[in-house]
Amino acid sequence: MENIISDETIEYVGILAKLDLSGEEKEKAKKDMGSMLDYIDKLNELDTTGVEPMSHVFPVKNVFREDVVVNGDDRENILKNAPEEKDGSFMVPKTVDN
Amino acid sequence: MKQYETVIGLEVHVELATKTKIFCSCSTEFGGAPNTHTCPVCTGMPGSLPVLNKQVVEYAMAVGLATNCKITQYCKFDRKNYFYPDNPQNYQISQLYLPICRDGKVEIETEQGKKAIGIHEIHMEEDAGKLIHDEWSDCSLVDFNRSGVPLIEIVSEPDMRSAEEVIAYLEKLRLIIQYLGASDCKLNEGSMRADVNLSVREVGTEKFGTRTEMKNLNSFKAIARAIQNETERQIDLIEEGKEVIQETRRWDDNKEYSYAMRSKEDAQDYRYFPEPDLVPIEISDEWLERVKAAQPEFRDEKKARYISEYKLPEYDADIITLYKKMADIFEEATAICKNAKKVSNYLMGETMRLLKEKNMDPEELSFSPENLAKLIKLTEDGVINGNVAKQVFAEIFEHNTDPESYVEEKGLKMNSDTEGIRKIVEEVVASHPQSVEDYKNGKEKAIGFLVGQTMKAAKGKANPGIVNQLLKEILSK
Repeated sequence: MENIISDETIEYVGILAKLDLSGEEKEKAKKDMGSMLDYIDKLNELDTTGVEPMSHVFPVKNVFREDVVVNGDDRENILKNAPEEKDGSFMVPKTVDN
Repeated sequence: MKQYETVIGLEVHVELATKTKIFCSCSTEFGGAPNTHTCPVCTGMPGSLPVLNKQVVEYAMAVGLATNCKITQYCKFDRKNYFYPDNPQNYQISQLYLPICRDGKVEIETEQGKKAIGIHEIHMEEDAGKLIHDEWSDCSLVDFNRSGVPLIEIVSEPDMRSAEEVIAYLEKLRLIIQYLGASDCKLNEGSMRADVNLSVREVGTEKFGTRTEMKNLNSFKAIARAIQNETERQIDLIEEGKEVIQETRRWDDNKEYSYAMRSKEDAQDYRYFPEPDLVPIEISDEWLERVKAAQPEFRDEKKARYISEYKLPEYDADIITLYKKMADIFEEATAICKNAKKVSNYLMGETMRLLKEKNMDPEELSFSPENLAKLIKLTEDGVINGNVAKQVFAEIFEHNTDPESYVEEKGLKMNSDTEGIRKIVEEVVASHPQSVEDYKNGKEKAIGFLVGQTMKAAKGKANPGIVNQLLKEILSK
């Protein structure tokens, strides 16, 4: 493997993804990420000078919706997805905007 | 002490006036019960897919054109990743690499004359939901009605140097966007939000100082105070030999103080990447031309036209065009009753007075121009007198009442029956000998009191011309 992922990097990626990884999981993730980056390096061998970066595989563009209200009140069904609900709202752990 | 200068750039978020959200067909209407305007898309359910609202692109283009931006004819969305309960997908769909508008500018008036404020870019994005803290359960409650409401973010260059310039710039943006009908731009309701990026530097230096970003500014007053406060805070730090830390600060308008929200150490790493669920947008020259052709007459042009076409005094034209709603009412009512000056007088006088009294914004005016025009016609035709007209206008202002049927129903028609009025005048004169005496002794003002008394006795409906004429006639006997 060409790319070696450091302990700091895997720690940081874990924090960003809000994942609490065990020592064993960290080692496994380091290996996976290293081989992914190796694959990307492989792609980099191709000379792409003058080629526009592509964000989509299919040549589709301009898919729009007209500005017309179609959806009605479906709160009852939507709230079935809530971990807990109260007063017609999703109830989540206390989050203070600070 | 050294001389310092404040350098300010703004990030302005504007909620667009579309009927539906940016990526789903849920209503954007304000004030619905929690989560009644939601669907799997705007609550971030797995497997749901966004579809772009075409009107959002048109509004963004229109604002870009009106602020002299270059329109990015090939543009796309990017995904900004972060975790917060008001953001159900754990990412916000926004634009980073190819924002729809770039390199614009608007001109503002300053004490030193005209000044151009550069616009770095305008991009489209979605709003987040709303979090309310529930004291009872010590939990947070999430309402996703605002989640997915379309926003544009207008990012200025760091071209402003004072609170006055910031407010002039915001006023200019507000007017442009309101005239386009792209948003109602209310700072207090959050449909226009300004974040202030501010740094200070010694006068004469080229290099920018370290900047802070200030959030939670809900009024022009709060913005002015926060700028003053932050400028002083940064200068104090520098004078004490300390460093300004790059951070986001939240303004507390009650305490008139800001505090740091998050500092650079745990700066967010948003890991932007092209949004895979949305295809790119290609704006054809024809589309661009169509939006350009639909640009309305903006304030400066409108003001000039009111002066030349309707012969309004500059002062009137200035105030009426300050709010799109007022200008609309003015033009529509004038088209019907053909009396520009009278319409202007109602808007500048009674309308302004009632707005102030009721603490309302001119954009909230809800009476129809037809009813104002009808009222003016009623006074011109001598159906009602000025006093009654004022009273009827208050009805129109409040309930958009049809003045013709109201006058009919309430029996407010002007009384021009000379003989009937003569009787009333004679009674008033007979019962106020003191005023009559005063008038005869040269106290001209006393007649005003007698006119008032006559009007009162005639329930306000007497023809004032006839009252005046009769009073003079009787008093001179």
